[in-house]
Amino acid sequence: MFYREAGDFKTSYKADSQTFPIKFDRYRYYVVLFVAFALIPLVINDYWVNAIFMPFLIYSIAAIGLNILVGYCGQVSLGTGGFMAVGAYAVYKLMTAFPEVNIFFHVILAGGITAFVGVLFGLPSLRIKGFYLAVATLAAQFFLVWLFNRVPWFYNYSASGQISAPERTVFGVEVTGANTDAWATYLFCLVFTFVCALIARNLTRGAQGRKWMAIRDMDIAAEIIGVDPLKAKLSAFAVSSFFVGISGALFFAVYLGAVEVGEVFGINKSFLVLFMVIIGGLGSIFGSFAGAAFLVLLPVFLKNALVGGLGWPTDLAAHLEFMIVGALIIVFLIAEPHGLAQLWRVAKEKLRLWPFPH
Amino acid sequence: MTQTMQDEGYVTADGRKIGGVMMEMKNITLRFGGVKAITDISFDIRQGEIRAIIGPNGAGKSSMLNVISGFYVPQEGEVFFHGKKRPPMKPFEVARQGIARTFQNIALFEGMTVLDNVMTGRLNYMHTNILQQAIWRGKAEQEENENREAVEKIIDFLEIQSIRKTPVARLPYGLKKRVELARALAAEPKLLLLDEPMAGMNVEEKEDMSRFILDVNDEFGTTIALIEHDMGVVMDLSDRVVVMDYGKKIGDGTPDEVRNNQAVIDAYLGVSHD
Repeated sequence: MFYREAGDFKTSYKADSQTFPIKFDRYRYYVVLFVAFALIPLVINDYWVNAIFMPFLIYSIAAIGLNILVGYCGQVSLGTGGFMAVGAYAVYKLMTAFPEVNIFFHVILAGGITAFVGVLFGLPSLRIKGFYLAVATLAAQFFLVWLFNRVPWFYNYSASGQISAPERTVFGVEVTGANTDAWATYLFCLVFTFVCALIARNLTRGAQGRKWMAIRDMDIAAEIIGVDPLKAKLSAFAVSSFFVGISGALFFAVYLGAVEVGEVFGINKSFLVLFMVIIGGLGSIFGSFAGAAFLVLLPVFLKNALVGGLGWPTDLAAHLEFMIVGALIIVFLIAEPHGLAQLWRVAKEKLRLWPFPH
Repeated sequence: MTQTMQDEGYVTADGRKIGGVMMEMKNITLRFGGVKAITDISFDIRQGEIRAIIGPNGAGKSSMLNVISGFYVPQEGEVFFHGKKRPPMKPFEVARQGIARTFQNIALFEGMTVLDNVMTGRLNYMHTNILQQAIWRGKAEQEENENREAVEKIIDFLEIQSIRKTPVARLPYGLKKRVELARALAAEPKLLLLDEPMAGMNVEEKEDMSRFILDVNDEFGTTIALIEHDMGVVMDLSDRVVVMDYGKKIGDGTPDEVRNNQAVIDAYLGVSHD
């Protein structure tokens, strides 16, 4: 009833090109921000932050990053796990090498280093497309994991071969290490997620986003109107890897605390993030959040329902969980190939006319 | 007439003044392996004129357009633009010199809205870097709105206001052609290349498109080179016509001259071999 654009007149191009052109959407967005920043930190506990919020926020950043590359620029990548590992090891090396610098800057710098590595592995995209590019990025995935496993310098010659995050604080509050508070780690990740989403939105709605989408939709026509394909593709790899690197850094430093690279940042991670992007919706920032939420929440929900609700044994539930998640992914892709974001768009279209569709 | 044409240009039958040479193709030869697509062709395009390239299928017209827009680099011959010899260039560099084009098979960005498609035509006028765009507030936003204004003028001009926010994939064929023209116009080109702008259209759509082409030439002073198969349209629209057949130039001149050229008639109607 209240979801209307009628009467909401735009008198400037600025007003017409804002992120949420419909008033209702805008207010909903402010409410979500208010709840996320002001209310949730007050009530959050360790279980919620570790099982749901932190993985959701961190995977959202990774999904946004991959979505820029795959969804907006059309360059398929299977190297997300490897790039997350670059972010994680970069932040580890920075944290241990410069303990006096705030971890906030370490995470951003780790993103920058990953962006550089991403550009390096993005170079083949200038020559190859589609499946062939996917295979080339797969090489990045395996090479990077191998590198971090085999070169002791990356894990500071520790006996176990693992890396573990030392304790670091932001404004005197611990955000990494063993004695963190739930609200602190939550807010730390939330700030990064919020800023990354904002940057991604700004980049994709302007000239840069159009360059990427032009390359995705028809590279020949893109070139003829003046898009340099080299710059467009490499900038997509850089921005994408920047986000993925930040998510990898947070995943290691704030969420897990200790990491063994092959286990955490293996090929499974690449596929998980790719599933998030595809299920959420290619070429949509909201879709990245939706996909991350879907794949983070669904297993938690199923586990609670099967083990907690029905009282089934844990191992049976764990296997069933895999089967149900897999089946749901297929069902989703058949029902709506454009992902949750498209479902959301269709729902909004319907809502605009509801309850009088004619 | 031929002598003055070399330098100052000429005045058309309907009184439009045509300027000096804008683009000159000199002895262009283009080969694909053993196949000669274009053999030793020379012609020029003058400031403000509507120049048509015609010929039977496979004559090398599209290849010629691709040479102009930088997709193909000819093995022999030279391209002069504004009197300067043009080195081999990438298509996006050609675009930055002020040459825009449309394609025979529509080459729009299907996943984007009409507005976004036309906005891509302005990319050469948008210079904020990626950091400014990430922040958005300030320079990037201002630039976006300025270019939006320019694009809205084109949208008004081509009468596609109502489909501004529609994804291109949902549009019918005729409108897609018009959006593609809008995208090319948004770049404010000095030279506009149209590859069969009227292919597959019905009579009304052809009339609309002809009107737009004439208006573009008249209002913006854009020089236009077009390939078209509809002879009626070509003869009505263009100031001068190049005729190609089997990669060779067989005629060049005003529509009337070309119409009465025996080689052209032979190419189109065939010759008897008895």
